[in-house]
Amino acid sequence: MDREDTKARIDTLIEPFNKKGVAITDDTTFAGDLEWDSLTVMDFVAAIEDEFDIIISMNQQAEIETYGQLIDAVTKLRGE
Amino acid sequence: MSESISTPDKPEPLPEAEDAKDLFSKFDPLIKQRQDLLDSGLEDPFGLVMERVLSPVTAVCNGRETILLGTYNYMGMTFDPDVIEAGKNALDNYGSGTTGSRVLNGTYVGHKDVEAALCEFYGMDHAMVFSTGYQANLGIISTIAGKGDYIVLDIDSHASIWDGCAMGNAEVVPFKHNDLEAMEKRLKRIPEGAGKLVVLEGVYSMLGDIAPLKEMIAIAKKHGAMVLVDEAHSMGFIGPNGRGVAEDQGVLDDVDFVIGTFSKSVGTVGGFCVSNHPKFEIMRLVCRPYVFTASLPPSVVATAATSIRKLMDAGDKREHLWENSKRLHKGLRDLGFELGTEEPQSAIIAVIMPDLERGAGMWEALLKEGLYVNLARPPATPAGMTLLRCSLCAEHSEEQVGQILTMFEAAGKAVGII
Repeated sequence: MDREDTKARIDTLIEPFNKKGVAITDDTTFAGDLEWDSLTVMDFVAAIEDEFDIIISMNQQAEIETYGQLIDAVTKLRGE
Repeated sequence: MSESISTPDKPEPLPEAEDAKDLFSKFDPLIKQRQDLLDSGLEDPFGLVMERVLSPVTAVCNGRETILLGTYNYMGMTFDPDVIEAGKNALDNYGSGTTGSRVLNGTYVGHKDVEAALCEFYGMDHAMVFSTGYQANLGIISTIAGKGDYIVLDIDSHASIWDGCAMGNAEVVPFKHNDLEAMEKRLKRIPEGAGKLVVLEGVYSMLGDIAPLKEMIAIAKKHGAMVLVDEAHSMGFIGPNGRGVAEDQGVLDDVDFVIGTFSKSVGTVGGFCVSNHPKFEIMRLVCRPYVFTASLPPSVVATAATSIRKLMDAGDKREHLWENSKRLHKGLRDLGFELGTEEPQSAIIAVIMPDLERGAGMWEALLKEGLYVNLARPPATPAGMTLLRCSLCAEHSEEQVGQILTMFEAAGKAVGII
């Protein structure tokens, strides 16, 4: 699947969750830069899962630290 | 990403670390937060000592006679004369401990008897007793759901459930608390052929709310998942026979595994799983938290078996406990406190505090009035809330519930919450 298309759709999805208005790049980290709590993570993951009809298990989430890694992971999951 | 799930209240790093860095450095922010709280002059909410225990509902704590409203001792069995006598007899006849695993030298007649009592209580074929409730969840979940299997669970699940998921290496997929649609969407997306386990709780202990088990279990079964329900906070109290929320909603027969504990209504310590699965007994050989630990002392299993059998016929106590729960819920709401549920759904009533500082202040003010409740704070609580959690007991008298409300009113006004 196309990484650019995945990125564009996740860029839209993340907007309402980016309450601090952080400028998001591929290197932005969820825990450090965005400072999300567990419920925000869960809601954001649910939004992505619903958008692409995929499952991102917590085991997979544990490997994802940055925004770029998230886009890569979703792109890969869409291709499976 | 999911790191923040295990540490939702991850505090800011300390600006300057004075001590040399070692493996304990990661705890510095928590050490500082706790020190700041104590420096403000509050009694340590997590360092309370019960100096004398007078009854299931009263004790001397920090030198004061105190009404206990945060013990999970729902049915007040801890001082039941028959229970005490059974424990004393077992101590005399079988000694103070088994010094062994259930699968080696640690199974006495008392262990078989308490498992028989559980089968009678739940009307199920198999019961397996663990040394704690934590180990029951840890052991059963990690053993039945392994690598490649999927566990779908409520995001507000107890720590023992999360730890069981992590230990088994299954794919872990949480859904929003009590959200049927979110749960079904996740079940639908699991790859075909993968093993599926849905983990639910009857009563969620932080807010005292119950799960819509009837609807959730129907969805789980539709998607071919096995269902495990933790009924730790409902046993003995909820349901016509005190079997829990699944019994109350008429779906106990559809539950594959019920997890429970002896450390709440039963009034001692230990955990268990009951099941009708025809192959259930193999768990005794493959479940590591069952095999690689010492079994419960004979006195503990004797008190548990006696208590469980008495709970089967405790309809009057259940009724009185419901009355207590309804009265306290209404009284607190009338006083102007914000509560975790609109209606009383269990024996837990959670009073929502505006923040940790005022929550700790209120907790201390109540203690000085002579009332003990649980202070619950993140990360144990959902949505970063600070709660004063009240758990009622069937042995609380009507008069004591009245006293409790008077104490809440005085403390709430003193701290400026109402």
